[in-house]
Amino acid sequence: MTIYLDHAATAPINEAAIDALNTQVRKLGNASSIHNPGRAVRKDVEDARHKLSELVGANPSEIIFTGSGTEANNLAIKGFFWQAPDRNVIVTSAFEHHAILDPLEWLVEHEAAEEIRIPITKAGVIDLDFLRNIVATRGSEIAVISVMHSNNELGSIQPIAEVVKITGNIPVHTDAVQSFGKVEFDFAKLGVTAATISAHKVGGPLGIAALILRRGLDLTPILHGGGQEREIRSGTLNAPSIVAFTAAAEYAIANQEFNFAKIRELRDYFISGLKSCVPDVTINSISDPALPGIVNATFSGTESDALLLLLDTEGISASAGSACSAGVPRPSHVLVALGLSESDADASLRISIGTTNTKAEIDQVLAVMPSVVERARNAFVVSGLN
Amino acid sequence: MKLIAAMSGGVDSAVAAARAVEAGHEVIGVHLALSSNPQKYRSGARGCCTIEDSHDARRAADVIGIPFYIWDMAEEFHDGVVENFLSEYADGRTPNPCLRCNEKIKFAAVLDRARGLGFDGVSTGHYAQMQETPLGRVMHRAVDPGKDQSYVLAVLNTEQLAGAHFPLGDTVKDQVRIEAKRRGLYVANKPDSHDICFVPSGDNAGWLRDRLGSEVGSIVDEDGKKLGEHKGAYTYTIGQRRGLGITIPAAGGEPRYVLKIEPKTNTVVVGSHEALAVSKIVGDQPIWCGPEPKINIEHRGIAQVRAHGSPLACTYLQSGTEIKVELDEPLFGLAAGQGLVIYDGDRVVGSATVARTE
Repeated sequence: MTIYLDHAATAPINEAAIDALNTQVRKLGNASSIHNPGRAVRKDVEDARHKLSELVGANPSEIIFTGSGTEANNLAIKGFFWQAPDRNVIVTSAFEHHAILDPLEWLVEHEAAEEIRIPITKAGVIDLDFLRNIVATRGSEIAVISVMHSNNELGSIQPIAEVVKITGNIPVHTDAVQSFGKVEFDFAKLGVTAATISAHKVGGPLGIAALILRRGLDLTPILHGGGQEREIRSGTLNAPSIVAFTAAAEYAIANQEFNFAKIRELRDYFISGLKSCVPDVTINSISDPALPGIVNATFSGTESDALLLLLDTEGISASAGSACSAGVPRPSHVLVALGLSESDADASLRISIGTTNTKAEIDQVLAVMPSVVERARNAFVVSGLN
Repeated sequence: MKLIAAMSGGVDSAVAAARAVEAGHEVIGVHLALSSNPQKYRSGARGCCTIEDSHDARRAADVIGIPFYIWDMAEEFHDGVVENFLSEYADGRTPNPCLRCNEKIKFAAVLDRARGLGFDGVSTGHYAQMQETPLGRVMHRAVDPGKDQSYVLAVLNTEQLAGAHFPLGDTVKDQVRIEAKRRGLYVANKPDSHDICFVPSGDNAGWLRDRLGSEVGSIVDEDGKKLGEHKGAYTYTIGQRRGLGITIPAAGGEPRYVLKIEPKTNTVVVGSHEALAVSKIVGDQPIWCGPEPKINIEHRGIAQVRAHGSPLACTYLQSGTEIKVELDEPLFGLAAGQGLVIYDGDRVVGSATVARTE
């Protein structure tokens, strides 16, 4: 039996999304065709776009569907940068997802961009004073500011409305992949210029996401072709996934308050249980304001890949930092940005609780944690070269 | 038993893992990441450190139906194998990095970690055979003489041997490929890895020059007379005949061979074939791969000094800190740093590192 505690990586697809996907995938027609079947599929896509726009507090035309959150983030970072040839600075936070940091590094390497990363405070939020200072001194050089809505490893919700206030007319993008469907997210209320959301984190299918981009703005595309999405993103519209995305989002948001309370209760129960069964654990994740289900903990004197292997053999799925393309585990840059040493960052786990988890499952995890940590410590002590 | 199957992405370790599962063990596949930046070896690599190799290993584990993880051993590998390789060459010696990798990584860092995590041992695709005897576990040569890897495993002590599993030792390589195909492992036809895995180009001399420099030095005869120049003494091998670039012919016209490499003076000494003859070998840092032979008593045995070198009949004696070998017939060309392995018939007795010769 598997106890799945990696909802921030991907969440189980919900029944509403499966039904929508099943129905739509049988319908013939390219949404860009002018004939009857094409128009019918286009209507389904536009109905879904309309509904989704209401759920995120945007206008329908502000939704640009993409193939992944990574694509939407690339489009935002590169698109805003290329759109402003006289501005070469991109500001982001030190603990963004790789789907922001890597396109940014690529622009630095290939397009002479300059990056500025906002440091993180001990409270797990960006340093607003640093941002104020950067905007005051370098404001006219900044092409875009991108700060995630909530951090995927710490759970902490970022002061995006404050960021918008500070930055004035500079475009602000927020990666809201972890927040959408779990905590309040309203595009218009926040006042950001662009935002990324993704289906599979809210119970929708893989391979569909969206960049929400304020009306009337242009971005330099990264994919060229049929120009389907406002001439900003090309590619045949993925009607079944778009329809399923909206169905999943509707379901998630209808149950958001209930799920938030339920997941947060499980999270607090897990943290207090963990502190009693592994007394020297350090909790890195932020309790409030935060996503409901993220727990990040350091077990000093271990290595995260050993912890994950042992949990996996117990049927428990968790995660840590990120891995390079060959699968080699790397210490989490998020925890390093928070101020942890590389060895402590490498001794940390992220557990992300979701709607399907139960108290009984948490009890089972807590029952094996002491032995898992002990074995991981044994392996750490004896391995390596003498 | 609970075993870690070290999976390189090649056919041997994949079949070995499948056999370990079939034998009823609880097996987890582990690929060792030995380079901190696997991407840099992406193309042209012939070893086992590429991104494709890690994907091949993962795919094999999936087909076999076992969990699979990547263990980052890049730092340990760099410190224990690559640095040792460089410093040995810098000292004018000729190391064997595969021996060091087995000694320091696969059956040390990996085995220790496996044991710490609650596993009983490590299974690999090496070709060697284990036998349980009243005196404990011993290792024998593999059935396939062309693939026998007992030489590079002779650095394992009894404790390491107890945690080592070699499911392929009783099978010839051709059969292993057939079995891989039958099991649906698509690495069945993957070519064998050759050369040194961390020298992706295969150009050992160039790799060493890049790291140790290419300072010009003298090539001299046994009397110290200068015959020519070289670009880095460590790029030569004892017994090497070709590529010396000497324009002054020997008095009798006979070919010249590298006899000695002197790193301190950056000098390469050359001479006749006869001068390469070695009858007595002294090895230090002995490791006993099973019961330890009685101390200070002459034993008969077989010595081997290269991975696929000829077996050499000998008499040997061990003093606790050294193994002294007297060969029945002289051997031509042996460098300090090479592995000296002693066999009793097909059984591996132990190993040492060549310190000096006579």
